[in-house]
Amino acid sequence: MSEAERTAVAFTGRGALVGARLAVPFVVGSLAYGVVFGVLARQKGIGGGEVALMSGAVAAGAAQFVTLELWTHPLPVLGIVLTTLLVNLRFLLFGVSLTPWLRGLSPRKTYGSAFFLYDESWTLAMSRFHAGERDAAVLLGSGAALYAAWVAGTVLGHALGGRVPDPEAWGLDFLFTATFLTLLVAFWEGRRRSLLPWVVSAAVALLASRVLPGGWHIALGGIAGSLAGGFSRAE
Amino acid sequence: MRSESASLLAIAAMAGVTYATRAGGLWLARRVTLPAFVQACLRHTPGAVLVAIVAPAVLAGGVPALLASAATVLVAARTGRALLAVGAGVAAVWALRALG
Repeated sequence: MSEAERTAVAFTGRGALVGARLAVPFVVGSLAYGVVFGVLARQKGIGGGEVALMSGAVAAGAAQFVTLELWTHPLPVLGIVLTTLLVNLRFLLFGVSLTPWLRGLSPRKTYGSAFFLYDESWTLAMSRFHAGERDAAVLLGSGAALYAAWVAGTVLGHALGGRVPDPEAWGLDFLFTATFLTLLVAFWEGRRRSLLPWVVSAAVALLASRVLPGGWHIALGGIAGSLAGGFSRAE
Repeated sequence: MRSESASLLAIAAMAGVTYATRAGGLWLARRVTLPAFVQACLRHTPGAVLVAIVAPAVLAGGVPALLASAATVLVAARTGRALLAVGAGVAAVWALRALG
């Protein structure tokens, strides 16, 4: 990319709306799992204000679910914070890979958008940029929609209480997988280029998901697959 | 420490470290020029990460997940219509689980 291309990055309401619209399937899933989280948190004795604060300030579903298991009294604060850090380390990888697309943005827009970096918004942004989109607000728009759904779901679930709903009964757990799969299709670049990295990533992720907690399988699989691709030099 | 203060402290610290991971990659990559090899690896990252996200769900979810995933990918590849593919996949997994 030339210097001119790199800095020709827009950040408009249109871009944000494109992002929000693309995020719709994920929004439904986030709302559903937000409700699950709210119900579970209430069962753990977490108050309504606290759970709203947690989802609103942390906004990281995987880490929140994992730390919920640790939420006993007296509270193991250090363990909870460390676990959160470990589960969310994959966001570092996401941020590094996003930088070429956000390089022309002001620090305010960059670090403001960063708050809305999730698996889903990162994936949507990367797939749009891969397809030629140059409006960096796609990340913010999709992330903000997901954020709203997650927080709303949490608050709703906590307020309703009762039995933990089962998203799997409706196939809603698969909603995330299915949406990610449709985005994956667009990234296939042929056997010579994509097959090896993807097989390596799948193998590492499968292994890691069985022995490690939280979102580690995502970071480890992503790194292993990226390294395999870099080493194979199949440009 | 009172349990309420402990909760608030934990939540505040969770928020802090989480934002640090979200901003950290962006902050680092803006400051340094990444070596050519790293950039070559990063070109594979989106696909690799996506595979890592879906692989456990697809391959450890039994026959329903496997078949529904195949249906999703087929519809997406043939029609290019993401929402249609997602709908087909969710419907397939729901039906297969109900039958199995």
